[in-house]
Parts: sequence; structure tokens; C-alpha cells
Amino acid sequence: MSAQQLSTKHLLGIKYLTEADLHLIFETADNFKEVINRPIKKVPSLRDITVANMFFENSTRTRISFELAEKRLSADIVNFSASASSVKKGETLLDTVNNVLSMKVDMVVMRHPAPGAPQFLSKHIDANIINAGDGTHEHPTQALLDAFSIREQLGDFQGKNIAIFGDITHSRVALSNIFCLKKLGANVRVCGPPTLIPKYLPQLGVEVAYDVRKTLEWCDVANVLRIQLERQDIKYFPSLREYSQYFGIDKELLDSLNKKVIIMHPGPINRGVELTSDVADSEHSIILQQVENGVAVRMAILYLLAGRK
Amino acid sequence: MKPARFALTIDRLCHQLIENHDTFQDTCIIGIQPRGVALADRIHQRLMAITGVPKIEYGKLDITFYRDDFRQREKPLRASVTEMDFIVEDKHVILVDDVLYTGRTVQAAMTSLQHYGRPQKVELLALIDRRFNRDLPIKADYIGMQVDALDEAYVKVEWLKPDGKDQVLLFPHKEN
Repeated sequence: MSAQQLSTKHLLGIKYLTEADLHLIFETADNFKEVINRPIKKVPSLRDITVANMFFENSTRTRISFELAEKRLSADIVNFSASASSVKKGETLLDTVNNVLSMKVDMVVMRHPAPGAPQFLSKHIDANIINAGDGTHEHPTQALLDAFSIREQLGDFQGKNIAIFGDITHSRVALSNIFCLKKLGANVRVCGPPTLIPKYLPQLGVEVAYDVRKTLEWCDVANVLRIQLERQDIKYFPSLREYSQYFGIDKELLDSLNKKVIIMHPGPINRGVELTSDVADSEHSIILQQVENGVAVRMAILYLLAGRK
Repeated sequence: MKPARFALTIDRLCHQLIENHDTFQDTCIIGIQPRGVALADRIHQRLMAITGVPKIEYGKLDITFYRDDFRQREKPLRASVTEMDFIVEDKHVILVDDVLYTGRTVQAAMTSLQHYGRPQKVELLALIDRRFNRDLPIKADYIGMQVDALDEAYVKVEWLKPDGKDQVLLFPHKEN
């Protein structure tokens, strides 16, 4: 049973949501998915709300997705990117955000390279904060759209086997996905090179595997993550070529399984590294559905947070 | 209002609709979610039974995202499903709701309707018209029954399906 309203004022991470919150978000996103498939895709719900999209780190998908979600809800939007701002002149995060808020902004969507930045902000400001990714910590909206896409494919989560492949250590998508799927009752297994799997994972109830074929045989859904070279300060594996040989998923491997595994990827894809092109574009893949669902899920979150008194 | 009278009222509303819309060729019936749909369902079925027309266009419209009291309520309202598999361009639309009270729901429904085209004409059918409680210049074209009640009173229509028996109840205060 889902709740009437979210239990929290901010979306800082999946960790802080209840299972009822998750179901409420999915059910609301169902309605918005219908809205964005209409000839006129706009509803006036957030017409009196101003949202600031503050991206202190690069992003294409998430930023466009949030912007579309806000526009489809008729919110006013201001965009901010760190590279073209006073952050370069040494302004602190709190000062930057407070300056924006004093121009009467109601909600802040923030991506920041420092884990915990949205938590810090939520203690000091009044506006609703939505975490659009904080360093290697959490990326809640991605996990929600991933789970929403899985729900569309499988119906529910109880007893379903979901595997996450790749760079788990540096991935905020992995951590948010783990929290989200565990709360919904799915079995979660991660698979990747031992150097890229954090040692505390079993404490979260997650199984660890190192064999891609066996993991694919086990799972219903494979969520394949990108190798985040930009966050790797030391070498975690000898070469990308070796990585793709041992941990990459190609069509041959998928076809040799005697079942259909759903392939997901949060993007951007490194074609030929974690997924070959023929897998990314195959009928197994729901990568583009994930992107479509992203807008509906973000509309649901904006709507539910704005509706809270 | 008792079940027998209830059925009579629905039949009268149907016949009034037939007087104006004949074979319903360019007419569609749209129930406003959630509570207008039970009435629209009933009217739609009765109309087809009386006229023998095999198909009358019928949609369910959810107006949650169009309400003007979003953020003024304690909790956000839960949305219902919108099922509109046709465009209302150049059609005669009959909006159906159970209780016409302040008129705000109907206003939201008309805003939302614009997203499905430009209707030729929009009419409103309400089972209960609380005529002294309007906030907006809106009036129903087809009325089941007029109820004169104080502002704080609450009128509830109960249906055979999905939640109990057919009746209209008037409470002195809104239940929580």
C-alpha cells in the first residue's frame, strides 16, 4: 500500500525513503507517463513554482530530463552551471545557493561532485532539494527510473533477481539502485572486477559475484554501469580492453543463455567496453525506455515534493 | 434519495440527452475522475440500452494536475487514470460529474479538455447541483436534483458499484 504523501521534504537519497514512498512515486509516475504521451504534453500543476537546476558537474541526460519534467509541469526554471559562474571566483556552495534562493526559488535540483552536498544544503536552506547525483554517493532519480522501468517489465519486485555489473565503487547509480531494489524486495547481486567492488556490500544484503556468465544466468535484469574513468585516481584494472574481455557483455554471450535477460544502462554508454553496440541496440535492451521513463519519474517527484505543505 | 427515485432520475437525464443529441454521432461523454465516472458509466450504459446505438464515445478524464488548489491542501491529491482514446475536436462534449459544488472541478476539467482539441460545444451534467455554493460562473445543463445546503455541509453520492448502495447522502459536516 502506498502513502498519501512523501515522508520527506527533500529527495536526498533513496536511503531516506520508505517503501510506501517508492510505490507512491511509481503510481504518480504512471499518471505522468500518460500525460507525456498525449498530443499536448503539459499540465499546469507547478505554474506557481520556480525551480533552480544547479549543476556543479557535467550532465546531459539528467539535466535535460529534469528540465523537460519541470517544463511539462509548467514550472519556471533557472539553469546554473558551475563552469560559467562565480563558483570559479571562490564563492562557497551555501553562498551560491542562498543567493539564488533570495531571488525566490522554491526548489533546487542539484548535482555536485562532493558526496553529501545536498544533505549539507538541506540543513541550511528552506527550499525543497532534489539530489541529481552527489559524487560517488547517490543518484536517487536514476534509481527510481530504473526501478520504474523494471516494474514495467516484470510487474513487481518480490523475489526478482537483479544484477548490477561494472564499476560499483565509483557508482552513485549502483548505491541508489541497491537501496531501492532491496527496499522493494528484489534480490540484488553485483558483478565486476574485485578492485571495483566495495567490501562492505554484503552488509547491505547484496551478493557479490565475479563471473559474468553465471550472473547473467541467474538474473532477470542486468543493469550495466559505465566504467567511470574520470573518478578513478589509480588503475583498478590493467586495460579497458582486458575489462571488456572479462566483464563486457556481447551478443554472443547473451544468445548463448537459454533465457531472455533485460539489459539496462544508465548512460552514457561506452560502446565496446561494458556493452557491445549490437547488445545496446538489441531487443534485450530497454535503455531508451529508461530515458523516457526518466521524465515521468522526475515529474512525479517534483509534483509530490511541491505538493507537500 | 432512494434507489427507485435514483433510477428514475438517471433515466430522465438520459432522455434529456437524447432530445438534444439524437444518435450521439458527434457527441462524446466524459466522466470526471474519480466520482463522476460511476455516474458517466451508468449514463453511458443506459443511453446505449435506450437508443440502441452500438457505440457512444466515452472517456474518463482525470483533472488532478489541473486543480487550482494544489499546494493549498494538506496533502497532494492522488491522481486517477485518464482514459481518452479520442480527440474532442469539433465534437459535442458532455462532461459528467456527481456533485456540482464550487465549480472549480468543472473549470479544471475544461482547461484539461483543451489538450484534447477544440470541442464544438461543451455541456455539463451533474447528478446533484448545490446551487447556492458556487465560486465561479458555471452552471449545469442537465441536473438530477438540486440540493440547497450550507457551505460546510457535505453531499455524498453512493453507488451500487463500487462502494455500496445507490443513494445520495447529506451530512451536516464533512467527515474526515
